[in-house]
Formats: sequence, structure tokens, C-alpha cells
Amino acid sequence: MSGQELGLAIAVFLACLVEAVEALTIVLAVGATRSWSSAFSGVGAATAVLAAVVAGLGPTLTSLPINVLRLAIGGLLLVFGLQWLRKAILRASGLKALHDETAAFARETATAHAVARDTGAFDGYSFAIAFKGVLLEGLEVAFIVLTFGANQHRVGLAAAAAGAAIALVVLAGIAVRAPLARVPENTLKFGVGIMLTSFGMFWAAEGAGANWPGNDAALLVLIAGMAAVSLAMVAWLRRTTVDSIPRQTPA
Amino acid sequence: MRTIKRVALAVWDFVVGDDWRVALGVVVAVGATAVVAAGGVAAWWVPPIAVVALLADSLRRASR
Repeated sequence: MSGQELGLAIAVFLACLVEAVEALTIVLAVGATRSWSSAFSGVGAATAVLAAVVAGLGPTLTSLPINVLRLAIGGLLLVFGLQWLRKAILRASGLKALHDETAAFARETATAHAVARDTGAFDGYSFAIAFKGVLLEGLEVAFIVLTFGANQHRVGLAAAAAGAAIALVVLAGIAVRAPLARVPENTLKFGVGIMLTSFGMFWAAEGAGANWPGNDAALLVLIAGMAAVSLAMVAWLRRTTVDSIPRQTPA
Repeated sequence: MRTIKRVALAVWDFVVGDDWRVALGVVVAVGATAVVAAGGVAAWWVPPIAVVALLADSLRRASR
């Protein structure tokens, strides 16, 4: 496995792990309070839609010329990665609320209790919420699987990394039977944002005709550099926020 | 028509997100990289500088 392929597998695995943890919270909330069978039906339907998206778009994307693919997909990945990284830096610096699975579970459970239940065996609310939750969280994963996989013509490897992350989260969910609040989600999102941005930069520049000094090794430098810059930005924002709070003098 | 608009808005929100200036900046940066590379000059340094500048600017505006 090459360095780029290893990077692909790690980035997809971590991104999928985070999204799967969020989807699990939603499914647990509606399943535990209303109907497990309807919630699982929603999960199955959403998974089928996501698999169809990856299976349908994967071969189409990989058939494009490599430089066109790297320019378009690298650019998209860079925009998408910067969005993740921006949110992660704002969370780490205290300017945006941290994602809290326990709080999210409590919210979803309260809403699920409040909605009236049909008398039949099938619960449309559980199905719809589980379907929507898995589809929305999964679309980000499908996007990452497609962009990373198509760029290296390894959609299968990317899908396998995503599948491994989902299996791990499902097994942990079955064992714990509660939201996986101890998974360091915000830290993982920070790391995934750095990787998406670095890969996006690397591929977009190659697609635009630039040559990286050191070829693939430049990717490691980009990841390390983006990590250092991002941490420096967190420190800068924390200092700015503290400085902007007016100091109170005792009366 | 309403469905098309909703889908377009969802795609925009999914890819571009909270700050459209970052997306526009990325398009300009990738274009600039292509122009510099086409001129036969090393162009690998353009995206990293652009990314750091775009991120810093977006965070500065978000923190106001």
C-alpha cells in the first residue's frame, strides 16, 4: 500500500467514524423510544441509497482523464475540507459549541417522545428520522469516499475503509447501548479537516499543472504544515477572544 | 421548480457551507496555480499560501 493509499484509508476511516457516531445517536434515540424495527428499516433504506450513489458515480468519475479529475475533485475536496477545518478551529477555540452526543441524544429522545405514535406496527416517524439521519451523515462520507477513491482509482479501498468504520461504530453501539459520547469527535473532526484540506490542495495543484517538490512526500509536509497552522490559528483565536472580554474591576 | 431550487440550495450548503468567499477564493487560487504553471514557473507554492490566507480571513470574520 502506497503512502497516498494509506492516507486515503486513514482519512476515509476517521471521517466515516465521526459521521457514523452521529448517525448512531439519532438511530438509538428513535429506536429506544419508539420502534427499533422501523428505525432499522430507515437505516437500511438510507444505506441502500448511499451505496447506489457510490456505485453509480464511482465508475463514471474514474473514467475521467486523471488531470481533469484531480483539478475538479481536488478543488471540491479543498472547498469541502476548508469548511470542516474552519468549523473545527472555531470549536477548538471556543467560538462554536462543541458537538456533544449525550446532549444530541437527549434532544432527539425528547422530540421522539413528543410526536404522536401511529397505532400500526410500522412507525413512520422512526423510519423517517433514521433514514434522514443516516442519509445526511452518510452523504458526507459518500462524498469523501468518491473524491478520495476516484482520484487514486481506489474507490473499493475507500469504501472498505468506510465500511470498517461503520462496523466498528455499530459493534460499539451494540456493546454500549448508549450514544458513544466518549469518542473524541471534535478532535477527530479537526484531524479529518486537516487531511481533507491537505489532500485537496495536493490534488488540485497537480491537476492545475503544478509539480510538488519531493512528489508524494510533499503530502506529509502539507499535512504537518496544515496541522501546525491550524493549531496556531486556534491559539490566536483563543487569545483574541480572551482579549475582547472586558476586564471587570471589583466594586 | 421549487424542488430544483431546494436541491440546488442543499448542494450549495453541502459543498460551500457557511462562507462562500472561501469557495470563491479556492477557485481563484486553483486558476492562479494553472496560470503560473502554464508560464513554466514552479506553481506548487500558490495553493498553500492561498489556503492559509483564506482560512485566516474567514476565521477573523467569524470571530468578530
